[in-house]
This record gives sequence, structure tokens and C-alpha cells, in this order.
Amino acid sequence: MSEAIASQPQRNIISRLWNDKETRSVIIQIIAFAAIFAFFFFMVRNAISNLESIGKDISLDFLSQPSSYDISQSLIEYSSRSTHFRAMIVGILNTLLVAVFGVILATLVGFLLGVLRLSKNWLTNRLAYVYIEYVRNVPVLLHILLLHGIIVHSLPLPKNALNLGDAAFLTNRGFFIPSPNFEPLFWVVTGLFAAGIIFSIWFSRYAHKVQDATGRHYPVFWINLGAIIVVPVLAYFILGSPITWEIPELAGFNFKGGMVVRPEFVALWIALSFYTAAFIGEIVRSGISAISWGQTEAAAALGLSRGRILNLVIIPQALRIIIPPLTSQYLNLTKNSSLAIAIGYMDIVATIGGVTLNQTGREMESMTIVLLLYLTFSLLISSFMNWYNKRIKLVER
Amino acid sequence: MTEKNYIPGEHPDLPPPSNLIGPVAWIRDNLLSSPANIIMTILSVWFLYIVIPPTLNWFFLDAAFTGEDRNACRAVADGACWAFIGERFKLFTYGFYPEEHRWRVNLSFILLIAALIPVLFDKAPFRSLGLKFAMAFPFIAGWLLVGGLGLQPVPTSQFGGFMLTLVIGITGIVFSLPIGILLALGRQSNLPIIKVFCVSFIEFIRGVPLITLLFVASTMLSYFLPPGTNFDLLLRVLIMVVLFSSGYMAEVIRGGLQAIPSGQIEAADSMGLKYWQSMRLIVLPQALKISIPGIVNTFIGLYKDTTLVIIIGLLDPLGIGRASLSDTKWTGLSTEVYIFVAIFFFISCFGMSRYSLYLENKLETGHKR
Repeated sequence: MSEAIASQPQRNIISRLWNDKETRSVIIQIIAFAAIFAFFFFMVRNAISNLESIGKDISLDFLSQPSSYDISQSLIEYSSRSTHFRAMIVGILNTLLVAVFGVILATLVGFLLGVLRLSKNWLTNRLAYVYIEYVRNVPVLLHILLLHGIIVHSLPLPKNALNLGDAAFLTNRGFFIPSPNFEPLFWVVTGLFAAGIIFSIWFSRYAHKVQDATGRHYPVFWINLGAIIVVPVLAYFILGSPITWEIPELAGFNFKGGMVVRPEFVALWIALSFYTAAFIGEIVRSGISAISWGQTEAAAALGLSRGRILNLVIIPQALRIIIPPLTSQYLNLTKNSSLAIAIGYMDIVATIGGVTLNQTGREMESMTIVLLLYLTFSLLISSFMNWYNKRIKLVER
Repeated sequence: MTEKNYIPGEHPDLPPPSNLIGPVAWIRDNLLSSPANIIMTILSVWFLYIVIPPTLNWFFLDAAFTGEDRNACRAVADGACWAFIGERFKLFTYGFYPEEHRWRVNLSFILLIAALIPVLFDKAPFRSLGLKFAMAFPFIAGWLLVGGLGLQPVPTSQFGGFMLTLVIGITGIVFSLPIGILLALGRQSNLPIIKVFCVSFIEFIRGVPLITLLFVASTMLSYFLPPGTNFDLLLRVLIMVVLFSSGYMAEVIRGGLQAIPSGQIEAADSMGLKYWQSMRLIVLPQALKISIPGIVNTFIGLYKDTTLVIIIGLLDPLGIGRASLSDTKWTGLSTEVYIFVAIFFFISCFGMSRYSLYLENKLETGHKR
């Protein structure tokens, strides 16, 4: 009896603290922080004692040791005597290569699919729909393996390669294509191309200003096209085609010369792009159909032509809806490129997280590097896209 | 022809002119309405003509359904060699699960269907009982498959095939939704420490590919556990898959939470509801309803991602297929294997997306235009 009375005020304090919103939130946060801290402390202590018991330390020295493995496709000079660090750079470049090419192809195919899905033609529409549903409902790894299997098993050996106009050869060891040799005069063409881009940026702004001030409309698209494409192409022929092509030739059991695109890269690139394109197609379709029909009618009532309705009214508004999900598709493509390891394309995961990890036994360090690299990519792409989003949002009034 | 005379205003409605209805008009409207449309139709038909006959040939007409090995197949037909799939079908379904215990897998599968029906359809008979059973199902199935407590234990390294896909997929789906909801609420919370923790967890998970997390699970995780603990590989993979998809789930649900007007929460507050009550009774039912398409998409993504476990050496159907390909009797049949597995995934994922459409329509309470 006396105990119950004694504990009464104490319980009151606790319940009063608990019922006060401010103190309760402080209490909850202290508990949460303590729990998280304890969890990490537990993990780190385990890791330290585990590493000690097998006599390992944490160091990045292994990065400067020779890697002693080969990488079939590399954008920079690399041999098995290069360091693990260089192998990692090769891996990063390979990931970036497939990601950049993949994003470009996926965007092109995706927009095409989106437009086909909106087509009034029933047959085209259904075909695009069937394609999108098939691709979206099958794992991307399966697409990659299937395509790789088809390339490796169905294409001929170099001896009887598929010959495309005596210049390119398709074989199961890779696609052999001519490689360009740039002569000094070619830099003039490159310079003109760069100048064309700068001119067209300036000209678009100028034309915009003139149109705002006077209402006069320049054919911006055609003039820019001329500046960027036609002038450099003309210069190329006037200067006497300053590129020579080195054409691959069959020598023994394989091709020599030219450039080789490995089947792993082709399989990964095509599969990733066409997979992501199905998602982009749906994004484009829903983005464009989200713009109300009244916009089109209003633009038509102003007397705009069909092309200008699309360019000036529909697409700018649709892009605002399309771009955020499009970004996450680009990110997905980059992350999915890590599946390269399944077919032996040497990307980040396959080099530093695969062979290097197995050879040196540095699980902790290698995996941390891989995770940090991917996090950096993601943060870079998403911050760029956030910046872009903000920029186009400003147009809204 | 005699015309019947009608009193003015009494003339019955005439049928529409024959060129406005029927298949002919439909074809004209949908396939041949303009020159561009006609070109599209011709291109599509040409595309179908190129694609369909060879595909049909390869799949059925020129395919071998029986045979001892690859050469026997090739002797009969040039197309697909389905005999391979037929011979390995049990392996594809059960993996290396011991022959005499396979009834446990079958029983779990039947129980799975029994548990799914009350969850999926609200007109199912005995629904409240069924829902209780569905809650218990993951544990019953876990016991049946792994063994122990009277059943002979089966090591998880013998799990494989479609059964492994279902185990990983369903565990992921069951556990990632509640964790995702908690993370989403944490991200919206006004307690800074909890918010920071949830945001950094979600952003980390969404920033790295699943495969690196699986690598972490298979190579690195054992360092972080007390010395001497031996953690089952499948369990480690399951934990990673659940964490991974709950990060994505959290973002989907956050989208739904943000779409709920703050008036709803204020109204709940003024009714005297506590935080969890207002979330459970007012906010979440609305938020989850909006996010159904996103949630189902995450489920489908998770289910498809189960194939990645082959890279750390678990034998899901894709892994079984690749392992079988190294058998010299059947070498070079990768296309058949991959297409077979693709059909399995297509059926499951397409089913899920159709169900999500059905659910959206059923829960639609707004004014649909």
C-alpha cells in the first residue's frame, strides 16, 4: 500500500513528460539516436575484432600493386602489368561508356515508342503496346543474357564473318568496324563544327530577341542546321576528305586492324537501351497525353500550324512532366549496367568489385569503393537533373 | 418500292449509314484514315510479316519436343529444342530440393494460393479468417520449406528454380511494404534525427545497384557480425532484397503521403486522434490508395530483380538454366532456356500489373471523366 503511494508522483512525472509534445519528441530522438549509435558501434567493433583475428588491416595499398589480369575492352592503355587502380579506372570508363551510349539510344527509341503508342493507327499502336509490355515484364538480366547468347551462338566465326560492304564484319568474337585516322586538316572541320554550335546558340538568342521586339520570325532551325551540319560537311569535302579509314582484314583466325566492338558491349548496350526505352516510351506517352486537348485547340485557334503547335505548345509543357521520371530511368540504366558482370563485360563491379576483390581479398575496401562510385554517379545525375528541372520550372507563371 | 407514310415526327430512327459502322468503317477509321496512316499500316503489316512466320516456325512448327540430346533435336528440326526444357523441368521448378521432400514445396504452393485469394479479392468467402491465415502464411511456409520442429531440415543451399524465385519475391513483397511505410513516415516526420536517418538510408539504397548490395551480403557482411556466427547466405540475400525494395517503396509511398492535403491531418488532430491513430485511420488509407500503381511497380521490379541472385551463386531458374547449359549433351541451347524463363516471368509480372489496374478501378471513388 505504501509502495503504491510512493511510486505515484514518479509515474506522474514520467507520464507528464511523455504527454508533453516537445519533451516526448526529444525522448524519442534520444532513444533512436542511442539505438542507431549502438547498432553501428556493435558492427564496427565486430569488424575490428574479426579483422584482427584473421590478421587483416584496412589499407588501400593494394591499389598500387600490379593487377595481373587482362581486360578485353579498354578505352585507355592497359595491360596485366598495370596497377589495380588503373584497372578500376578502366572499369569506371567502361561503365560510363555503356551508360552514355545507352542513355542516347534509349532516349531515341523511347521517344519513338512513345510517339507510336500515341499513333491513331490501331495496328502500330498495338505493336508498340505489345513490345512495351513484353519488355517491361521480363527481367533485364534475362534480356542481356538472351541477346548475348544469340550473338555468341548464332553469329559466324571470323572465318565466315557476315560481311557488310567489305568494311564491317560481324562475327561472334565481336563486330569489326573501320577505325578513322584523323589527318591534321580534319581539325579545321572540327573547329568549324564547334564554331557552328556557338553560332547557333548566339543566333537562337538573337532571333528570340528580334521576335520579342519586332515580331519578325527567322527560320532558326534551318539556319542552325546549316551552321552546324552543312558548313562542316562542305568543308570536309573541299579539304579533300581528311580522314582515312583503316579497314579490318582477316588474318589467320581473327581480324586485324580497324576497331573491334566486343559482343559483351553490344549485348549489354542494346539490351539495356531497349529495356529502358520501353519505360521511357510509357513516360513519354503519359507526358504528352497529360496535356489537355484544349491547349491544342487554343493554339490552332491562334492559327499556328501543326508543327508549331507541337513545338511551341505541347512539347515544352510535356517535357516538364516527362523529365523527372526520365532522370530516374537514366539512373536505372546506369545502375543496371552493373549487370555487365553476368556476361563478362569489365565494368566497375567486374573489375574492382570482382577480379581485384578476389585476387587481393580486400572485400571491405573494394566494396566501399564500388558503393561510393555508384553513389557519386547517382548524386551527379540527380543534381544535374534537379538543376535542369528548376530551370524549366522558371518558365511557369 | 413502296414507302410507308408516317405522321410527321413519328418516323422511326433510321440505322446509321452502312459506311459508318461495321468492320469496313472500323478499318477505314483506324488503319486507313490518312496517307500517313496508310503508310504506317503498310509498315506494320510488313514488320509483322517479317517477324511472325520465322518466330512461329522456331517456336512450334520447326521445333523438336522430344529427343535424347541436342543432336537428336537437330536431326528432327532446325528450330527450338524444347526436349531440353522437358527433361530439366523438375530441376527448373524445385532446384536441388530433395526428391522425397518435394511434397513440402507443393503444399506450400497450394497454401500460397489459399492465402492469396482472400488478400486479393474482397468477395472471397470466409475472408476475415483467410486474412488471418495469410498473415501466418509466411511463417508456415518458412517452416515447411526449411524444416525443423518435427520436419527434417533442408539446407537452403538446395533451394532453387522457380521455388527460389517465389521465396525471395514473396518475402521481399511481404516485408518491404511495412518497412517502406515506416521509412516514408520517418522521412515526413518532424523529428530531425529520425528524418535524417530515414533520408540517408533511402538515398543510399536508391543510389547503388542491387548487385553491389548482394555482393556486400555475400562477401562483407560476415565481418560485421559477432565472431563465430554463421549466417545463412539465402537469409543474407533476403535481408538485402527487403532493405533494397523498402527504400524504393518508401519513395513511392512518400509521393502518396505528399498528395494528401494537410487539412486531413489537421482535421484528424482536431478530432483528438494521436499520431499513429491519425496515420492509420486517416492518412495512410488515402495515401496507399493513390500509390497503388507505384507500389505494384515496385513489387514487379523486386520480383524481376530476384534473377540477380545468380551472380552470387544462388540457383534461381536462370541459374539452373545456365548450369544446365554446361552439360555437353545440351550445349548451345541458351536461347531456349532464356525464353522459357522469360515466359515464366512475363506471366507473373503481367498478372501483377493487370491486378493493379483492377484494384485501381475498384478503389476509384473520385469523379472519373
